[in-house]
Amino acid sequence: MPVITYRDALNQALREEMQRDDRVFLMGEEVAVYQGAYKVSKGLLQEFGEMRVVDTPITELGFAGVGVGAAMVGLRPIIEFMTWNFAVLALDQVLNSASKLLYMSGGQFNVPIVFRGPNGAALQLSAQHSQSFESWLAHMPGVKVLTPGTPYDAKGLLKSAIRDDNPVCFLEGEMLYNTKGEVPEEEYLIPIGKADLKREGDACSIITSGKMALVAMQAADQLAKDGIHVDVVDLRTVRPMDVEAIKTSVEKTNRAVVLEEGWEICGIGTQVVDYIQRDCFDVLDAPVIRVHQADVPMPYAKNLERAAKPDAAKTIAAIRKVMYLD
Amino acid sequence: MAKKKSDQSKSASDPTLNLDLLRSMLLQRRFEERCAEAYALGKIGGFCHLYIGQEAVSTGTLSLLRPDDYIITTYRDHGQALARGMAPRSVMAELFGRIDGCARGKGGSMHMFDKSLNFLGGHGIVGAHVPLATGVGFAIKYRGGDQVCICFMGESVVNTGAFHEALNMAGLWKLPVVYVIENNRYGMGTALERASAIHDIFERGASYNIPRAVCDGQDVFAVRTAAQEAIDRARTDSLPTLLEVRTYRFMGHSMSDAVSGTYRTKAELDEYMKRDPIALLRVHMHENNELSDEDLQKLDEEMKAVCQDAWDFADKSPEPPLEALFEDVLVDTTSDATAEPVAAD
Repeated sequence: MPVITYRDALNQALREEMQRDDRVFLMGEEVAVYQGAYKVSKGLLQEFGEMRVVDTPITELGFAGVGVGAAMVGLRPIIEFMTWNFAVLALDQVLNSASKLLYMSGGQFNVPIVFRGPNGAALQLSAQHSQSFESWLAHMPGVKVLTPGTPYDAKGLLKSAIRDDNPVCFLEGEMLYNTKGEVPEEEYLIPIGKADLKREGDACSIITSGKMALVAMQAADQLAKDGIHVDVVDLRTVRPMDVEAIKTSVEKTNRAVVLEEGWEICGIGTQVVDYIQRDCFDVLDAPVIRVHQADVPMPYAKNLERAAKPDAAKTIAAIRKVMYLD
Repeated sequence: MAKKKSDQSKSASDPTLNLDLLRSMLLQRRFEERCAEAYALGKIGGFCHLYIGQEAVSTGTLSLLRPDDYIITTYRDHGQALARGMAPRSVMAELFGRIDGCARGKGGSMHMFDKSLNFLGGHGIVGAHVPLATGVGFAIKYRGGDQVCICFMGESVVNTGAFHEALNMAGLWKLPVVYVIENNRYGMGTALERASAIHDIFERGASYNIPRAVCDGQDVFAVRTAAQEAIDRARTDSLPTLLEVRTYRFMGHSMSDAVSGTYRTKAELDEYMKRDPIALLRVHMHENNELSDEDLQKLDEEMKAVCQDAWDFADKSPEPPLEALFEDVLVDTTSDATAEPVAAD
């Protein structure tokens, strides 16, 4: 099976879906002539032309709305945000337009649109460029929120997102674009809302998603050296969430650590823990522990940034704690 | 300017057209008078923004459109919905929060939608629908069609970032959208002069290299003349227009504020009410012997009966069933993933 980067996996998904369906177009800052701020759209302008690969001014609120309007009348826009940090300016169009139009119109107007771009922290980008938005987005009904962590998941989920008739928020990662993984040559789709058990064990469950799946696997690899084998449940979609997969794993291991990139308060982990206490109360052998970003704006200094971010060491410490090893 | 255009229209007065225009405006007026009554009785809840006084804008503009053209508007949307041809029963049932409403009782006063009429909704966040209109224009151009999108908004919208961003892209990409500013002089209770650094709003089009015009919004002929020019420009040359239509609302901003006395004087209101758009058209038709008092009374009775019928229909329509609460949050797409692709046009 070919090994390709996360970036190329996304590029393949975009190209294949644009070849498949003339209604699909890509719009955003630097997506065309510049070939994408992170080169995800490399070569697409040359293949599909400027009507289908559209450079916009720096005007997130505006072009997110352009996408919603075009989707209302039958096109299938993919709106690229250079980062989800900038998409805050466009949140009105995601929240007040895209997520509500089907409901407010009594089922008349669905909005088949994908909002996508990198989410969360990279390296030393400090407070305004390092934020994780999955819990903000997953809070609202009327959208789906996807967080692929591997090239395989990125391609299969992006293709499903583009074919979905609902608004989909697709969260990538700047630090993921260069990561590599196996991606089959033949076409495949990954269903939205299905978690993936990325490691199997019986000692504890790590429930996570997106970029943190890689951190969870690092932690799992290290723990395995000490003979501790854990489940890594990569949710892949945080809305709708695969509650069954969480339940199955926790019922097996009786312990859980919930790992996420964002802040603690009202984070994705809050919801996961709620599902666990509701569905797995009787099988738990220890309180669930959460690993997340420190409750501060992201600092610039290397040492402080490291201290703020969730990582494998913090995850391992949490697992040892729920196993009463420390 | 407006007067001159109106005179030109008068010279080619068309009694059949004029009667249609009068009927359209009168329907909106009588319908909304019943809305005010229903609101007072508690049959309509939430926010309810009446359009009374501005009917020449909706009727004048929408009377020029083709069935395949698009309309998008704000929360002050009843008049435009009716002028586009939405059934008064459907609009009233929506206002009453009933299952037979255009949005099955999920939207209410601010969110009238009708896909069959390309009526893309009343939108409740000031300015947010303007980029959507630009997107509709983009879709028209993408498909190579010759439709037009009309985007209505109040004058307070021009101070939002969304307006600026949307018009910049429309000017940049040359999209077939007519942005109609219904300048009724007040954004809620704040006068234009207290909110905007530029008072001739149409001049803002210069910032986006968009053709611009201004007309009298109380004179339906003036509105039609100005709108026709803008629509032609969109349809033929795929160019946007910023059209400022100067009008006035005779009611409060919504149902909770005094019609006059706080942010505007009774004298000012009285002055503007002398230029009631329906009265102006009626006088024109009288002068041209196109409408007798008897004709007018008959038409008025007819419109009142239509509105009574809408009221009765809405009153009898059931509330949405509780199952509807969780319907239409998402479209079920489980079968679509393997569906055959579709061409853009």
